[in-house]
Amino acid sequence: MLRLEGLHKRYPTGDVALQSVDLEVPEGQVMALIGPSGAGKSTLIRCINRLVEPTAGRVFIGDEEVSALSKRRLRRARRRMGMIFQEYALVERLTVMENVLSGRLGYVGFWRSWARRFPQSDVDEAFRLLARVGLDEMVDKRADELSGGQRQRVGIARALIQDPALLLVDEPTASLDPKTSRQIMRLIRELCQERRLAAIINIHDVALAQMFAQRIVGLRLGEIVYDGPTDGLDAAVLTEIYGEEDWQATIRKDDDDAETADDDDQAVTGPRGPTLDEERMAGIG
Amino acid sequence: MVTKREDGKQLWRRRATRTQLAIWFAWLVGTAIFVYCFQLISEKTIWFFVLDAGTQAVDLGSRMLPPNWGYMEVLWRPIWDTINIATLGTLMALVIAVPVAFLAAHNTTPSVTFVRPIALLIIVSSRSINSLIWALLLVAIVGPGVFAGVLAIGFRSIGFCAKLLYEAIEEIDPKQVEAVEATGAARTQVLSYGVVPQVLPAFAGISVFRWDINIRESTILGLVGAGGIGIQLSAAIAELAWSKVALILLVIIATVVVSEWVSAKVRHSFI
Repeated sequence: MLRLEGLHKRYPTGDVALQSVDLEVPEGQVMALIGPSGAGKSTLIRCINRLVEPTAGRVFIGDEEVSALSKRRLRRARRRMGMIFQEYALVERLTVMENVLSGRLGYVGFWRSWARRFPQSDVDEAFRLLARVGLDEMVDKRADELSGGQRQRVGIARALIQDPALLLVDEPTASLDPKTSRQIMRLIRELCQERRLAAIINIHDVALAQMFAQRIVGLRLGEIVYDGPTDGLDAAVLTEIYGEEDWQATIRKDDDDAETADDDDQAVTGPRGPTLDEERMAGIG
Repeated sequence: MVTKREDGKQLWRRRATRTQLAIWFAWLVGTAIFVYCFQLISEKTIWFFVLDAGTQAVDLGSRMLPPNWGYMEVLWRPIWDTINIATLGTLMALVIAVPVAFLAAHNTTPSVTFVRPIALLIIVSSRSINSLIWALLLVAIVGPGVFAGVLAIGFRSIGFCAKLLYEAIEEIDPKQVEAVEATGAARTQVLSYGVVPQVLPAFAGISVFRWDINIRESTILGLVGAGGIGIQLSAAIAELAWSKVALILLVIIATVVVSEWVSAKVRHSFI
């Protein structure tokens, strides 16, 4: 589905963000990308849809080489890659509906989009998605009136209405509280399963990554240092990715699997709450 | 921000001694220049007239009062012209300033090396010429009257509006633009969805602010024959009809107060 070959990015300042990354993500796989700040996680995601131009290397979506496309063809290719952002990146002064419909801009001509006359099928899909993410009451609210969790749901709907094959998710929970974080991650995972979407999720929080992803890739200084299942993260691996630290609190216990974690009300308000908070802090470490 | 050790204590001063001395010296030089300039001006001033100023002002005031209220009939038309000059001039300026601003802003210009300097040149040349001077030139070119006034106000306002607007465009949140780009939107769509909503409040604020300034500026354009209430003002001063002058000043003040109130209302409703 997605294939990166020797992806390299050097910024004009001279900072090398990605050394030479080879990565393959099959259809329908939810992959978490972890690593310390500055490891190149955001750069990697942005090199895929070329919001950041890679210096060298190739990006394939299916058989199409995205890294070789002209500007015009790139815009067409971007329609198949939905992106979800850390601070939601909604257009604050537009309504929820306008924000969701902006996901269709790649399919609609300028004047239609300017006059907000989107095809009825797009509007139907927007209503369907807003209901799916639980925001059907908020259609006409302005984006800046919403809470963080609600905004991120709008961001998810905007990405999905593109009818993408791949989701690029950049720190979706970094500005959210623990409970909302879980809800958002669960929503992303469910939607990926429903639609057979591949997803790359940049995430700081190791515990969340283990709960909701099928595969974990660890990035350090622009290089992949771990690529494997979620339960393969032991103290040695975390040290390799993040550096020396006491990782005992972060490593997931065998009984603490995704299913128990799904019961998030209990997890946050129950007696286990403080322990979990420690895990989160250690993960951020 | 200097620390140094002395007798085992760690001292802290805001500045190093050299910097402190340099600052004192700069003040000294500044004061000397001020005193010298004061002396120059004083030599060229006829102090007899200045000392007389109070009496003269009272005298002029007494001749202005009471204002010649009957003259109001004649003033309705010029004040209407003045408002029209300001409004049409502002509209004309905005029509030109908006594209210029998008060409001048770093993040929306099609070319930083070619297009942007041209846009900046338009802004600078429009801004550096006062509207009274624009009016002088335009009266010579298109003849005296309201039209010259509209053009003068318009030309002067292009630079002002375009400059403030392009600064607003450069200050937008780039993440919202990035998000619209990521959907595969075309350039024009990125502008209309990612940029325009973010600068709309600034645009509304700049427009009414400039309109408000233009009301004041257009009251003096008549001095050079470019229409508006300034014509009556210069005529009244020329014939020493101080009671008419008083009325005209009152009318100008009233107009400006009303325009400020309107622009405050508009700006408030757009945030």
